[in-house]
Amino acid sequence: MEQRVLRVRAAFQTGRSRPLTFRLQQLRALQRMVQECQKEILAALADDLHKSEFNAYSQEVINVLGELDHVIEKLPEWVAPEPAKKTILTLMDEAYIHSEPLGVVLIIGAWNYPFVLNIQPLVGAIAAGNAVIVKPSELSERTAMLLAKIIPQYLDKELYCVINGGIEETTELLKQRFDHILYTGSTGVGKIVMEAAAKHLTPVTLELGGKSPCYIDKDCNLDVACRRITWGKYMNCGQTCIAPDYILCEPSLQGQIVEKIKETVKEFYGEEIKQSPDYERIINLRHFKRVTNLLEGQKIAFGGETDEATRFIAPTVLTDVNPNSKVMQEEIFGPVLPIMPVKNADEAIQFINQREKPLALYVFSNNNKLIKRMIEETSSGGVTGNDVIMHFTLNSLPFGGVGNSGMGAYHGKHSFDTFSHHRSCLIKSLRMEGANKLRYPPNSQSKVDWANFFLLKRFNRGKIGIFLLAFLGILVAVTMKLQSF
Amino acid sequence: MNPFADTVQSLREAFHSGKTRPAEFRAAQLEGLNRFLKENRDSLLAALAQDLRKPPFESEISEISICQSEINLALNSLHSWMKDEHVSKNLATQLDSAFIRKEPYGVVLIIAPWNYPLNLMLVPLVGAIAAGNCVVLKPSEMSSSVEKVIGEVLPRYLDKNCFAVVLGGPQETSALLENRFDYIFFTGNTTVGRIVMAAASQHLTPITLELGGKNPCYVDDNCDLQNVANRVAWFRFFNAGQTCVAPDYVLCSPEMREKLLPALQHAVTQFYGKDPQSSPDLARIISPKHFLRVRGLLGSGRVAFGGQSDEQERYIAPTVLVDVKETDPVMQEEIFGPILPILTVSGVEEAIAFIRKREKPLALYAFSNDSKVVHQMLDQTSSGGFCGNDGFMHLTLTTLPFGGVGNSGMGTYHGKFSFDTFSHQRGCLLRSAGLEKFNSLRYPPYAQRNLGLLLSLVEVGRKSQCARPFWMAPRWVRFETTPSWEAFDLASGSPGAGLLCSFGLPGNRFLARGFFCLFGTASFVFAFLDRAFCFVPLPWPLLLAFCFPGRFFLVFPGLWGFWFLAASCVFLTGLRFFDRALLSGFRLGRLAFVPLALGRLPSPGFCGLPGRPAKKDL
Repeated sequence: MEQRVLRVRAAFQTGRSRPLTFRLQQLRALQRMVQECQKEILAALADDLHKSEFNAYSQEVINVLGELDHVIEKLPEWVAPEPAKKTILTLMDEAYIHSEPLGVVLIIGAWNYPFVLNIQPLVGAIAAGNAVIVKPSELSERTAMLLAKIIPQYLDKELYCVINGGIEETTELLKQRFDHILYTGSTGVGKIVMEAAAKHLTPVTLELGGKSPCYIDKDCNLDVACRRITWGKYMNCGQTCIAPDYILCEPSLQGQIVEKIKETVKEFYGEEIKQSPDYERIINLRHFKRVTNLLEGQKIAFGGETDEATRFIAPTVLTDVNPNSKVMQEEIFGPVLPIMPVKNADEAIQFINQREKPLALYVFSNNNKLIKRMIEETSSGGVTGNDVIMHFTLNSLPFGGVGNSGMGAYHGKHSFDTFSHHRSCLIKSLRMEGANKLRYPPNSQSKVDWANFFLLKRFNRGKIGIFLLAFLGILVAVTMKLQSF
Repeated sequence: MNPFADTVQSLREAFHSGKTRPAEFRAAQLEGLNRFLKENRDSLLAALAQDLRKPPFESEISEISICQSEINLALNSLHSWMKDEHVSKNLATQLDSAFIRKEPYGVVLIIAPWNYPLNLMLVPLVGAIAAGNCVVLKPSEMSSSVEKVIGEVLPRYLDKNCFAVVLGGPQETSALLENRFDYIFFTGNTTVGRIVMAAASQHLTPITLELGGKNPCYVDDNCDLQNVANRVAWFRFFNAGQTCVAPDYVLCSPEMREKLLPALQHAVTQFYGKDPQSSPDLARIISPKHFLRVRGLLGSGRVAFGGQSDEQERYIAPTVLVDVKETDPVMQEEIFGPILPILTVSGVEEAIAFIRKREKPLALYAFSNDSKVVHQMLDQTSSGGFCGNDGFMHLTLTTLPFGGVGNSGMGTYHGKFSFDTFSHQRGCLLRSAGLEKFNSLRYPPYAQRNLGLLLSLVEVGRKSQCARPFWMAPRWVRFETTPSWEAFDLASGSPGAGLLCSFGLPGNRFLARGFFCLFGTASFVFAFLDRAFCFVPLPWPLLLAFCFPGRFFLVFPGLWGFWFLAASCVFLTGLRFFDRALLSGFRLGRLAFVPLALGRLPSPGFCGLPGRPAKKDL
């Protein structure tokens, strides 16, 4: 393991990954890879998660292609040094922020979206000029094998490599020194990754999960809200880190919501959900058992059918859920949607704030003020109002968690920033030593005053500024008036 | 029971009450901090003198004035920082609103070191307050006088429910770290940095670590000798070398070393006199323990000058060491004292190889009259920050992020970067409940025909590559100086143009003219204070004034006015494109941007900045 990391580091040290032309070329190669190997990718995803072609394409491949297009177009702009504003002392100098690669980046992907969660960070890391080691999850075995096969075919073999393996290999890998680690997965493992990173002072980006609440207001189009929630919740069989985890609503709405979701499920997946090509399965038996355990002792409004052989769990809604029950204690990560009755928005806010900060928050309401208030008074990684999941698809928004749902963000420019070191650069000339006389000892009060003048060029505008400016303005006006006579 | 659990809990409750969120509250706290600095200036200077025997000049410029400048900047920009940042949207979300909300993390812990006990605590504090957090401050116990002032006096100026100062040594710090915080900002050494990060991982707390490192300083053969010596010596011996960004060692050729030594000696004599011990301008080592450590380092290599020490006063003379080997103790750890080893290398390549073999430093300095050498050093190495031809001047610019990379830390702060560090950037998308037909595309049951349509909505397409008009040119061609050009145009462009407009006005409309002049001048002065001569307003209000006479501006410019308008439009638009050229010190080479902007001709590589794409890359 150590040897492999060292080899990647040696490749990075050659400086090959730094030029813009090289990065663009690699990104285009990656683009070609996604396009040319699309069939294999879709097949692997179908194997791992029973994802239909359309699902796999619209949930995974499309995001990667969009990201690639966006990055290839914008990269020349991003790598250009960003000039910084200067003080009077440094007026004649060059001051700018230079984005430089961090070095060797480790990307640990998750199994629920095994393609996009590995490749999208990879795009950002390549764009920033890093060498990358990708460690796909061993649970989505087919995709992991496929990535290990096709990535070396298209990308530079020495700079970018895929390492496969289970917990043992990951532990070994984490002992090595990296310059950045991006981990997508669970909170528990997130802590282990960060602790391992602390040994080498490696910065980390953690994309973890959490129970993302979804509040439905009385004043909203219930039909639309339920359709959108049904779509987001049962997508990928509920195994989505930003899926709405539970619904908060007034008790009177509960019945209607159940009815509407039931109708929508029928419309989406037909009478025989098991036969629907659009409905996925749970990844493995362990997770299947975990999710079915959550159903125990709950009031099932509809759904609840399971089949251990195919790891099938039907879209399920639970009503009148006790906040202390197991289903409300952990991230569900399955097609089970509990509805928690709350009295009003205040109680919903309180309910959300009592828990760990979630990765996403969804609010449905016609009242924009209420949505703004929910945003104002709660905290979460991201927010979508009147819809679910969609903030993930917009690569101008940073995607990431806060508190227990993670730290750091990526997507688009934010990926580039995550994988870059922003080096502040100031380049002076060796002349003009006269101006520096001020700062050298022996010192005197007048030197202090001058230094203050130069460094403190930001006067507190609030007080002196306005008067000064008004006075100057009037002065000019009067001068002009006099001239016109 | 953890002794600090109650403190943290009460701060958390205060944070949850939402008290710290309004801009008024944040501004009031910053004003309080400002008053603290102003009213306690003397006691702070005295405390700094007592701890480190810091000369008042150094205290003023490196501690008090920097903090004040940060506070003023935060007060001036608070509202613009706090605003939601609206971002671009794809076709599917065109009708929705997408923005990044900057929200406070919660309870923040700031651990400060002893070498700049005020600066390194208050500057992050300003960012944390501006971002709306509650803060626990932990000053260093080593700089005990400053710790005392901060512990006793500072809380009087800040809201007691939202800000707490915790005093104590390593034991208290580790107890403190057991608590759950929402952000930890640590300045100190690498070893403790690891401990802090491991502790933070227990609660998944994001951190910023500002650590140290051995900052190399390369001196090229082609340079103005005495100027280099002055600058290196001053930055090295500032605060008796106890600066995390000080040049730690010099790399130069053997010939240069022979010339540099007398120049350094001359600089030291000029600065601190014949007997540096009696100079009031040289600080002392913080503690007997550190004194012994630094004195131990004097044994490496050969002392070229200096080398005296006085244990009583914890004084170590400004010292230059030569013939130092890479394996000597002085090259193994951060020196953090007034000792400057000079190592010889054959040239810039060897210097780069030397630097790259080691951990990434916090700062890197290169001195040369040849800008190619400086840029070569910049391109082929990595470090937290970089300053060509001077010492740590780059951190006096609040527009540059300050922070390390690799072993010298992670995360950045100063100015807006502090605000961003202490803010969670929450991606928000507000959709409307309407247009559900549009969404039916994405719902199952899926038909293949839906896909193409959906793709066209979500996917980002490549724009055509050739002959893009200049207004679609990438940002760097548009001479963007700060990301807020647009906002700035709106804010000050119109009055600025109003001023110009009033020059061309016929008649005697004193009021209208006076109004424009007032705001016009005001905007110019704003621009001067804020943007250092790079102000060029966009003349759109002029056009408005012309197109709707009497509606917007109550004046009609007349025929001469029209010609003036047209000319100024052309002139100002032109100027805006030269803005970048003006910014970088009137370098005519930058004029080559013009053909670039108009026709996207290949970049001639005139500017020597790294990473500028040539046409074939685009």
